[in-house]
Amino acid sequence: MPARRSVRIAPLGDAALLVELGQRVDTALNTRALALAAALGRRRDVREAVPGYASVAVHYDPEQVTYRGLAAAIHKIVDAKPSPGPRGRLHRIPVTYDGPDLLATASQLGLSVHEVVRLHSEPTYRCFAIGFAPGWAYLGPLPEALRLPRRRVPRTHVPPGSVAMAELLTGVYPLPTPGGWHLIGRTPVQMFLPQSDPPSLLRTGDRVKFFAT
Amino acid sequence: MELGPVLRVEEPGMFTTIQDLGRPGRRSAGVPPGGALDRYALSAANLLVGNTEGAACLECALSGPTLLALRSCLIAVTGADFGATLNGQDLPSWTSVFLSEGDRLAFAGRRWGGRAYVAVGGGLAADRWLGSASTYLLVGRGGVHGRALKARDVLAAAGPALHPSVAGRDLPEQLRPPYSADPELAAIEGPHLRLLAPASRRVLFRQPWTVSRDSDRMGYRLEGAPLTIKSTELVSFGLAMGCLQVPPSGQPILLMADHQTAGGYPVVACVARCDLPLAAQLLPGEHLHFRLETVEAAQAAWRRMRAGLDGLKR
Repeated sequence: MPARRSVRIAPLGDAALLVELGQRVDTALNTRALALAAALGRRRDVREAVPGYASVAVHYDPEQVTYRGLAAAIHKIVDAKPSPGPRGRLHRIPVTYDGPDLLATASQLGLSVHEVVRLHSEPTYRCFAIGFAPGWAYLGPLPEALRLPRRRVPRTHVPPGSVAMAELLTGVYPLPTPGGWHLIGRTPVQMFLPQSDPPSLLRTGDRVKFFAT
Repeated sequence: MELGPVLRVEEPGMFTTIQDLGRPGRRSAGVPPGGALDRYALSAANLLVGNTEGAACLECALSGPTLLALRSCLIAVTGADFGATLNGQDLPSWTSVFLSEGDRLAFAGRRWGGRAYVAVGGGLAADRWLGSASTYLLVGRGGVHGRALKARDVLAAAGPALHPSVAGRDLPEQLRPPYSADPELAAIEGPHLRLLAPASRRVLFRQPWTVSRDSDRMGYRLEGAPLTIKSTELVSFGLAMGCLQVPPSGQPILLMADHQTAGGYPVVACVARCDLPLAAQLLPGEHLHFRLETVEAAQAAWRRMRAGLDGLKR
């Protein structure tokens, strides 16, 4: 399948554009997005290339390149299949599985609490994207048996360190924010690192293994 | 280099924060660009007092502060008109003004607009985080300890002004943005406009949208006849200031400076840089319209606008 056919490029205003490689949560697509972001990040006319699950948002300097010129250059880069960057780092994150939604989640899934904990701490998850809040990492995919829609009524305040899941994803709230995911545990590991640059423990492409304490 | 106290805050105003032109290049870590909502007004204020364009200024939302000059300084007030006064006398806006020690800058009350900017010669000293002095409330960083101003805060100048200070320098009215309580905003077709039902595309560009009460530095929720969107949610992708997202409710959200850096709601249009200052000055209950514009025309409009500011760089 020619790569070009599956790539969509569209403006995101007059100083950014969005390159969409697909619409799935998929490791291969995410790896391609990361490789493209890394290649674009090296260009002088690009201010920042932000990888998503299967896309790259490219913030560019219109005084150095036109939208059409950059879009054409991106098609060429995609066709040339940029080499994937280094493999993401592996983080082992301790979790105390005692979240306020743990029991309700287990009963909704028809599982025991022990099975929820075992299933959640079994895979090595991939960080598919960072967003929502500084340091928030979208981790996945979650085992099929754990997939639930988001809470119908989101909480107005979720404490930082809450380990949560919804649909095919899991994550750790980095900051006190509202949130609609199911809270199954907590970790002392800080996801938002204001003294570091970048201020996020996780980066797109990193891998995460939770373990129960 | 910090040049010592220059202004004391007697009254902080409704919500006054230190802002600049934003925090570059940290979206990949989930950090929004931040900075002034009305970047043109902030740039103009700085250039009028001889600062670099992106020096730290005060952004005053809805009302202005009362500030006492602790030593002489050059200031300029731009953006919204909150009835600025100097020792009780009307103060011209978009003009550099000399304050002497003991002078009092105050604001009598809002006449129009949502955000006024106060620049001080030399720029304001502030906490910097990741390359910017912008106050980012969510994480409590930048500006004055990551928070809004409080009474008795003392503001210092960051350094000497770049250019010789000249009082009475102004930006002519024709070079100011065409602010309005019912502006038409140039918007560029977004990546997911095709997901809107054809009738909704017409609604998007024809109906007046009302800024809801649920609007802040992160974004404005807009009210109007809801849009019908074909796909509920996409896999999350990176966003930009000015993006117009459509959640399942069909009531769009216009992303402002402190926006979420990624999201999965379809983006049907993005407001051009040249018209973001017009959006920045809107308050809940006010209206806006969208007009389709090409990328090239929007960039050309921005260049024309910038040329007006470049005239101040002398």
